[in-house]
Amino acid sequence: MKALLVRDIRLAVRAGGGFGLGLAFFLIVVVLVPFGVGPDNGVLAVIAPGILWVGALLSCLLSLDRIFALDWEDGSLDLLATAPLPMETLVTLKAVAHWLSTGVPLVLASPLFALLLSLPAAGYGPLALSLALGTPALSVIGTFGAALTVGLKRGGLLLSLLVLPLYMPTLIFGAEVARRGAQGLEFGVPLAMLAGITFGTIALLPFASAAVLRVNLR
Amino acid sequence: MASIWEYANPKKFIQTTDRLLPWMSVLAAVTLVVGLIWGFFFTPDDFRQGSTVKIIYLHVPAALMAINAWLMMLVASLVWIIRRHHVSALAARAAAPVGAVMTVIALATGAIWGQPMWGTWWAWDPRLTSFLILFLFYLGYMALWAAIENDDTAADLTSVLCLVGSVFALLSRYAVNFWNQGLHQGASLSVAPGERISMVYKLPLYVSMTGFALLFIALVFLRTQTEIRGRRMRALLARERMG
Repeated sequence: MKALLVRDIRLAVRAGGGFGLGLAFFLIVVVLVPFGVGPDNGVLAVIAPGILWVGALLSCLLSLDRIFALDWEDGSLDLLATAPLPMETLVTLKAVAHWLSTGVPLVLASPLFALLLSLPAAGYGPLALSLALGTPALSVIGTFGAALTVGLKRGGLLLSLLVLPLYMPTLIFGAEVARRGAQGLEFGVPLAMLAGITFGTIALLPFASAAVLRVNLR
Repeated sequence: MASIWEYANPKKFIQTTDRLLPWMSVLAAVTLVVGLIWGFFFTPDDFRQGSTVKIIYLHVPAALMAINAWLMMLVASLVWIIRRHHVSALAARAAAPVGAVMTVIALATGAIWGQPMWGTWWAWDPRLTSFLILFLFYLGYMALWAAIENDDTAADLTSVLCLVGSVFALLSRYAVNFWNQGLHQGASLSVAPGERISMVYKLPLYVSMTGFALLFIALVFLRTQTEIRGRRMRALLARERMG
């Protein structure tokens, strides 16, 4: 288990992985937004929580197809499937590796990006907290989508069509936490809902992903 | 004792639906014509909404069927996963485009009504938003069916997507409630005593709801038959090529 996790993270961090790419994409989104809506700091501060959450979501989406595709191409996914590891564990490990290589860097870098969008200082904590709680759900849901489309040749576009609607509840509560935090409001309720979604998906969705992956490897 | 599982046999399914289909279609046409004409021309204008209120005879039945089509797909997917009857998987596939079109009708008629009444074509209201999300789910479901070549794999994957999607669609429905308090009025029909709308409007509405339901059933029967026959033809062609 540990070996697989370490291997996946190593593959992600080293050449050709999505590690730097996700962060760079996030940065580009943050840089492009002021060009689109104008440099007014007041306007930026209002939309910053939403932009940061949508940017995090998109940069998470960017690296999803790598979760299984490379292992599928070189056949190591078949080997992993026949290994004594249960498929559910394999899927969970893949999601954890994806979260460690894309979600965690996003959380760590989020205050910096928030600064670029002139988010009020009070919002940094809630933003990072909501991302830290929400990105695991993004990784787990994304792993389900990646498992659905693993056998397809042009799965990339389909993957986003399938996964983005599933991201909606997470986005709603995550962005709500960040927004309320930035305005200095109380954000306990949406935070609890966000945590509920995250833990619920972590508990249940790996079974669906494993079932789907078994069908695809049949 | 005849069991419902007899209809899992494609031949039996086609035989029975062939007999039912003309009746269903005629009945659907009659109820739709009666319901819509009654609703459009023989009900009084609302004292506040004027004649725009009459779009309800398209909007409410379409919205009803948009949700029920997904529920039917959910049941059919469960039947496929548990008992692996091919007819069930094909029926789920056949229902998806019909449900998607119903969603579009509900959204479009809602927009047409909303423009004069709310002063806007579109508002990020919970009901409107969750219908848009439902439409996205339909799109993803159909795209996944279309993308996979192997029939059984496609049936398996789409049924799991339907199950997971149902949970997330419900979740979104209540999440958007939290996110924005809406413009949309509450339920127009209710079994609870305090009546919402007058009987004058309600009766034609029930008729056109029945019409939409019959139309949906007839379309799903027809499309499932087409799917079964298409699959049979592919099998025959494959056998010919072998021989």
